Amino acid sequence: MADTLAPGRPTPVAGRGRGGRIALRTVGLAYVAILVLVPLGIITWRALSPGLPAFWAAISSQQAITAFRLTAEVAFASVLLGTAFGVALGILLTRYHFVGRRLLGVLADLPMAVSPIVAGLALVLVYGHNGWLGGPFEAAGVDIIYAVPGMILATTFVSLPLVLREVVPVLQEVGTDQEQAARVLGAGGWHTFWRITVPTIKPALTYGVVLALARCVGEFGAVAVVSGNVSGVGQTQTTTLVIAERVQQMEPGAYQLAFVLIVTTVAALLVAAHIRRKDELS
Amino acid sequence: MSIQATGVVKRFGAFTALDDVDLDVHAGALTALLGPSGGGKSTLLRVIGGLETPDAGEVTIAGRDMTRVPAHERNVGFVFQHYAAFQHLSVYRNVAFGLEIRRRPKAEVRRRVNELLELVHLEELADRKPAQLSGGQRQRMALARALAAEPSVLLLDEPFGALDTKVRRELRGWLRALHDEVHVTTVFVTHDQEEALEVADEIVVVNKGKVEQVGSPSDLYDKPANDFVMEFMGPVTRLGGRLVRPHDVHVSAAHVDGAVPGRVARLQRIGFEVRADVTTADGDLWVQLTRGQADTLELTPGSDVWLRALA
Repeated sequence: MADTLAPGRPTPVAGRGRGGRIALRTVGLAYVAILVLVPLGIITWRALSPGLPAFWAAISSQQAITAFRLTAEVAFASVLLGTAFGVALGILLTRYHFVGRRLLGVLADLPMAVSPIVAGLALVLVYGHNGWLGGPFEAAGVDIIYAVPGMILATTFVSLPLVLREVVPVLQEVGTDQEQAARVLGAGGWHTFWRITVPTIKPALTYGVVLALARCVGEFGAVAVVSGNVSGVGQTQTTTLVIAERVQQMEPGAYQLAFVLIVTTVAALLVAAHIRRKDELS
Repeated sequence: MSIQATGVVKRFGAFTALDDVDLDVHAGALTALLGPSGGGKSTLLRVIGGLETPDAGEVTIAGRDMTRVPAHERNVGFVFQHYAAFQHLSVYRNVAFGLEIRRRPKAEVRRRVNELLELVHLEELADRKPAQLSGGQRQRMALARALAAEPSVLLLDEPFGALDTKVRRELRGWLRALHDEVHVTTVFVTHDQEEALEVADEIVVVNKGKVEQVGSPSDLYDKPANDFVMEFMGPVTRLGGRLVRPHDVHVSAAHVDGAVPGRVARLQRIGFEVRADVTTADGDLWVQLTRGQADTLELTPGSDVWLRALA
């Protein structure tokens, strides 16, 4: 599990003196500052220094609002899909023995390793105009590539392992005793899942969902390829794509949008940290 | 309710856990499945409970064929070695689980759960989470939970295996008393022959996927069917090439007809008992005596003795 964001109570390390502790702390702080705090601070400053009217104009333009709406739609749908598949896949990988189980486990982690742009390209090849599955869908009147369904597919693909990776260790650790006990007490598969499995994995699941949400909101590469990055009429640009465009075209308003994304993501992570803390205390 | 298993076979890959096992448990009995670990006794219990499907054979409970009935429709109570407490539910809700699943009216659930909590002496702890209970309390909660929906049979898989000796001894006596009160047909798995002898009406010795012997505790101890059961049921030693119990060897200081001569190599006093290691022409053995017997015989290391099997 990703313990970096909400570490539990630190364990005192024997044999490390005051000097060592200060040195470690300095390195840790410097690392976080250089990589995270300074860039975030600069973006915040750039977003707010032109003044509140400029900030408001940047985030309330038609393009920005459409981008926010698309981002929210795509992220919501992707998190929903990612959660359903993540939990189902997690249960499949930890509770069933079948040929190819390990291979499936490796494949499910693949989106973590594959570049999002490559993933986007692959989706275009499959679902695009001349793709294997693109034709049949087109015939049925469903556009996937350069449209919201494709963006959801791409985002789901990149965020799938996040829920899965949170859920699998918990499922492994608790084992099957409680589920078996529920079965013998008269609970069928459905009842056992909702009354035992879900409450057991709930803290991990919530954390995975928040991570996935943050990831989906910030997704750029895969969506850039799949959406066609259309602006204006029939806009398919999500927030990240609008930011990139504004930066490249040297238009104003990029940092303000970036600031909104940062606030959203940080809020999500704080919620996750809070949930974990509550879970540790209980 | 009675339980019958006929010709049960269960394999895990190349390993045969149960090899054509027959079992017959009378209604209302308290039966122990006893044997070394890996011998198949837990698998047999899980087959009865519906947690494992046999590769061959059948299981009937109260005369009804249960072989293909899923676990949640068998109405059995099952207690696991590691409690399997529902961590996110209070003690009360744990015990109520089976009743809630069966959609019993709220008032009935409350009455029944309180009755059971009282029976297992946990009424004060109804609002606690399992993590706040000791091992013994958790296992008592698991027992109440298993009994709540009035199961036709109660199955316990090494129920005291994870507890320390003192609590284990306490719960054994308590299980016996509970059974005398509730009368539900009970089968429990154990690898501890003392536990089986102390608690059960009937013992089924299971080893290497087969039933070695079935009988009352005294039958098994006094008339073991073979050397395995003899060795498993209690201490043994070898006298004149034959397995005997160390307390079933008569020791005399003078020659007796049919006795084997030997010499005491070592004497060890353990409380009231005296353990004598004796060397004979046939090999070494050990004999268990009372302190009185040892004193009367004036045994010391180096004494010459004559040994004869009593049984």
